[in-house]
Amino acid sequence: MTLRRALYALPVILIGLFAYLAWLGLAPDRDPSALPSALVGKPVPQFSLPPLDGAADKLSSADVTGHVTVLNFFASWCLPCKAEHPLLFSLGQDYGVPVYGIAFKDRPEDTAAYIKEMGSPYKKIGLDVDGRVSIDFGLTGVPETFILDKNGVVRYRLSQPLDEDTIKADIAPLLQSLQQ
Amino acid sequence: MRAVLGAIIGLMLLAAGTFVVPAGADPKDPTQDKPLADPVQESEARAFMREIRCVVCQSQSIDESDAEIAAQLRNVVREQIAAGKSEDEIRAYLTARYGDFVLMDPPFKATTLILWIGPFVLAGLGFAGALGILRRQKSAKSTPAAYAPPELSAKERARVSALLIEGDETQGGQR
Repeated sequence: MTLRRALYALPVILIGLFAYLAWLGLAPDRDPSALPSALVGKPVPQFSLPPLDGAADKLSSADVTGHVTVLNFFASWCLPCKAEHPLLFSLGQDYGVPVYGIAFKDRPEDTAAYIKEMGSPYKKIGLDVDGRVSIDFGLTGVPETFILDKNGVVRYRLSQPLDEDTIKADIAPLLQSLQQ
Repeated sequence: MRAVLGAIIGLMLLAAGTFVVPAGADPKDPTQDKPLADPVQESEARAFMREIRCVVCQSQSIDESDAEIAAQLRNVVREQIAAGKSEDEIRAYLTARYGDFVLMDPPFKATTLILWIGPFVLAGLGFAGALGILRRQKSAKSTPAAYAPPELSAKERARVSALLIEGDETQGGQR
C-alpha cells in the first residue's frame, strides 16, 4: 500500500525533474555556444612564434612560464579585439601582469599597422599566420584570453571579448590569488 | 536577326565564362580547402570529417560547415591522414585541444553514461510500467473485483459450514 502511495508522488517528481532540466537549458545567463575549455588545468602548449617587426627573439612558451601571465589572441581584422584593446592596457597596469599577444591569421604588415594605430599593451607579440599554434590552444575565434599561472598551467580561458564586469568579477580575483 | 541573336548568346556565354574563373586562390591561405591528391585518402578524410563537430556552429560537422575554423580543421585532418595517422590518433589530437565536444558522437565514459544509457533505461521503465498495467487489467477481467467472493471471518465460516452440514442432513438422499 505504501508503494502505491509512493507511485502517486511519481508525476510530481517527474515534473520537478523536467522543470529542473528545462531551467538548466533555458536559464537566462546560460550561453549555449560557450564551450568548456579542454585546456584549463593543463600546461600551456609548446609553441614558438616569429615576432613582430623582425625582432630577433621569438615569442615562445618559455616566455609565458615562470610567472603569472595573460595571453591574448587578437587580429587586426577583428573588431571586438579593437573594443577590448584598452582593457588589455589596464590589465597590464592595474594588476601588474605581463600581457602577451598572439596575432591570429593576420598578415604581419596588418598586425604592425594595427599596433601602430592602437598602441601595444603587449610585452611581446607572436605572429601565428597559419593559425596552427592557435589550434593547439583550442581557439575558436578571436579575441580569446588565457590566464596562466607561475608554472605555465592554463587557469582561465575567456572565449569572448574582455569587459569590465568580467575583469572585476572573475579575472581580478584570480590574478590576485595566483600572484600570491 | 539571327546574327543579332547569335551575338547576344555569344555575349552571354562570355559573361558566364568570367564568373567561372575561380576567385584568386591563395595557396598559403589556411582556410582554403586543399583536397588530397589521392582520392582514396580524400574520401577517407571526408568520411572522418563528418564525425568532427565544427566548434563554433553547434550541430554541424566540419565537413558541412563553411566556418573558417572548420576549413582549417579540415586541412589539419587531411594533413594527418596524409601523414598516415590513424583516426584514433587524430581524434586524440582534436579532443586534447577542443574537448569531447569536438566529436559528433560523444565517447562512452563515466560522465556520458547517462547520455548513452538514459534513453534505454527510460524506455525499459515505460515498458515495465505498461506491462504491469496490462497484466493487472487482464487479471481484473478474468475475476472481476465486484464478483470476487468476500473474505469471510472465522465466525462466518463456522456458520457457513454449520449451514452446509444442516443442508446435507435434510436433503442427503437426493444428492
